[in-house]
Amino acid sequence: MTTSTSYPVLQVEHLTMHYTTRKGVVKAVEDVSFSLNKGEALGLVGESGCGKTSVALTILRLLPENAQFLGGHVYFFRDGSDEAHVRRALGKPVKILLNGREHQGRLLEVNRAQLVLETQLNGRSQQIKLGRSDITHLGVDLTALSDEEMRPIRWKGISMIFQAAMNSLNPVYKVGDQLIEAIQTHMPLSLPEARERVAQLFQLVGLDRQLMDRYPHEYSGGMKQRAVIAMALACDPDIIIADEPTTALDVIVQDKILREMRQIQKKLNMSMIYISHDIAVIAEVADRVGVMYAGSLVEFGPSEPIFKSPIHPYTKALMSAFPSIKGEKVKLTALPGEPPDLIKPPSGCRFHPRCPYATEICEREVPQFIEHKPNQYAACWNPLT
Amino acid sequence: MVALQTQTKTEILVRVENLRMLYPVATGVFARARSFIHAVDDISFDINRGEIFGLIGESGCGKTTTGKLLVRLITPTSGHIYMRVAQDPSTDSQGEQFVDIATLEGRALKAFRRNVQMIFQDPYESLNPRMTIFDIVSEPLSIHGIGSIYEREERVAELLSLVGLTPPESFLFRYPHELSGGQRQRVAIARAMILNPSFIVADEPTSMLDVSIRTGVMNLMLDLREEFGISYLYITHDLAVARYMCDRIAVMYLGKIVELGPTEEVIQNPLHPYTRALISAVPIPDPTVERQPIEIKGGVSKPIDPPPRCRFYERCPIATERCAHSDHPPLEDKGNGHFAACYEI
Repeated sequence: MTTSTSYPVLQVEHLTMHYTTRKGVVKAVEDVSFSLNKGEALGLVGESGCGKTSVALTILRLLPENAQFLGGHVYFFRDGSDEAHVRRALGKPVKILLNGREHQGRLLEVNRAQLVLETQLNGRSQQIKLGRSDITHLGVDLTALSDEEMRPIRWKGISMIFQAAMNSLNPVYKVGDQLIEAIQTHMPLSLPEARERVAQLFQLVGLDRQLMDRYPHEYSGGMKQRAVIAMALACDPDIIIADEPTTALDVIVQDKILREMRQIQKKLNMSMIYISHDIAVIAEVADRVGVMYAGSLVEFGPSEPIFKSPIHPYTKALMSAFPSIKGEKVKLTALPGEPPDLIKPPSGCRFHPRCPYATEICEREVPQFIEHKPNQYAACWNPLT
Repeated sequence: MVALQTQTKTEILVRVENLRMLYPVATGVFARARSFIHAVDDISFDINRGEIFGLIGESGCGKTTTGKLLVRLITPTSGHIYMRVAQDPSTDSQGEQFVDIATLEGRALKAFRRNVQMIFQDPYESLNPRMTIFDIVSEPLSIHGIGSIYEREERVAELLSLVGLTPPESFLFRYPHELSGGQRQRVAIARAMILNPSFIVADEPTSMLDVSIRTGVMNLMLDLREEFGISYLYITHDLAVARYMCDRIAVMYLGKIVELGPTEEVIQNPLHPYTRALISAVPIPDPTVERQPIEIKGGVSKPIDPPPRCRFYERCPIATERCAHSDHPPLEDKGNGHFAACYEI
């Protein structure tokens, strides 16, 4: 999927977010950077409490009141022909891809046909004149948007399938009506049009259209999950973030739904972020994988090298702790200790107390997240080869 | 393990015969139940001494009910559960008797319960939050009136270090909320081990735990089996975990065992169409592997008064006329201790 023609739809840079609790400050997301390409399936894997869901909530700015956003950028890319997208980008930090080169700066409007990008080049500020049609990939920093500007991004731009979302269907309304309501809030459709849209969505996710007029209690777990996926697809989003979409389901249903999601994603050329603790599920769905530990992204890269030749010792430990029904039956190695308390995370590399390769520097300094092998990034002082 | 290998013959510890558990379906407050959920429907199997026997299946297939029956948390509707039970805990296995525990009551039931223990799925729910770790682990001793307070403290400390909670003194007087999920499950294992049971029912003991913690708990349970020759009934929905833990597995579907055999044999060479579909749906933690999933129709229903034919008939890709008109097929030996219940194999 990562061909030369691929371009980003989302770039997350140095995202940092903490929660304030009565016990102290939980350092939940610490300097996380990654990108998501058009049509790509990205897997975010890690144990509970490692910050996977918090990353998603920070991207969508759906954080609870006790959350403190401490820095970072989330560039969300769309085509410059989308007038609304250009409007919301004006005066904001943006990234523009021009002839394969990335320009960063502020976008200003001159007149209807002309735009100007204010940018820094070699320490001097420079203005690049742009015609409207020149802008094909315009990324706006979501962290700079107002709540009002952010609202249309959710669901239409980026939609999310929440963990255990299938339990969030309202039991006293018909499932079809709940989808119609969601669609009409975000799209200017009449009732018959919205109904038709729901019928199409039901077909897409493998549900009989008759089921539209049934209540959630008449659905099985797998059917509810399908309805929730249909809801996430309702406004043709560019990106879907699926947080443990199949975790509560039985293995046969899980497999069917994952395959269907994969098919839909390919068919619509959508970009997806799958969040899961299950590396087997991630291995099956993801083109690229990000491994999180204790609030940090410790490794990121194409799926195959991450599984076959991981750089970070935690990635390796995660892989060798997972049983499989295929291949040689081997004794699994348990990782010593427990994931740290994020109120008082370990100094330096947060993995160092459990790491078999840790040296003195690991305790003192936070390793940089850098490219160790082509396209394979990791934050480690003693990378595995 | 050495002691086990020197035994020339495998010794049967538990023998389940035609076990059945029906739950009435409530139809009204005063109405007599006319329908029944066949949660466990006429199953038979043996568990050997020192063996880990896995029960596999999707939610609602009856695996937890089977586990509860084997420790007699519930009383079966019919059938037998024969178990080697120590008559007096001070005597060794010579003093054991093969007893049908399915119908035990009162003091006999309490005496039997010294021999068996259960480990539950959720270590956040199964430990009393108001009790200290010492109280939790020593409770079986006080229920059965074993040892003085000092002896109990010594024994609890011994068990805590056995399950890897060291140093034990630092855990004795803490409360469950101070421990992590993995540590709590280790407490639950210590509690299950304290009476030296010969048989433990472990109901999804690691499914709530994170990967890096889970492996430690699984390896601990394997080590305890090696050291003490305990038998487990290991209930899980995760076939990869079953492959790692179990010597033999039985696959359940709607209250019936549809396939049974040595773990590796069943997983590499499944016979029953349900087992085949189940195994083909398990994701593989290797991005280079392409699976070929076997499609089966529909979803799991509830076994409420099931018609007298194969339980898998509606979803089966290879069902024939014969399956439609015959009873549920018997579990037949297909060689090498590999059993399957299907007419079409």
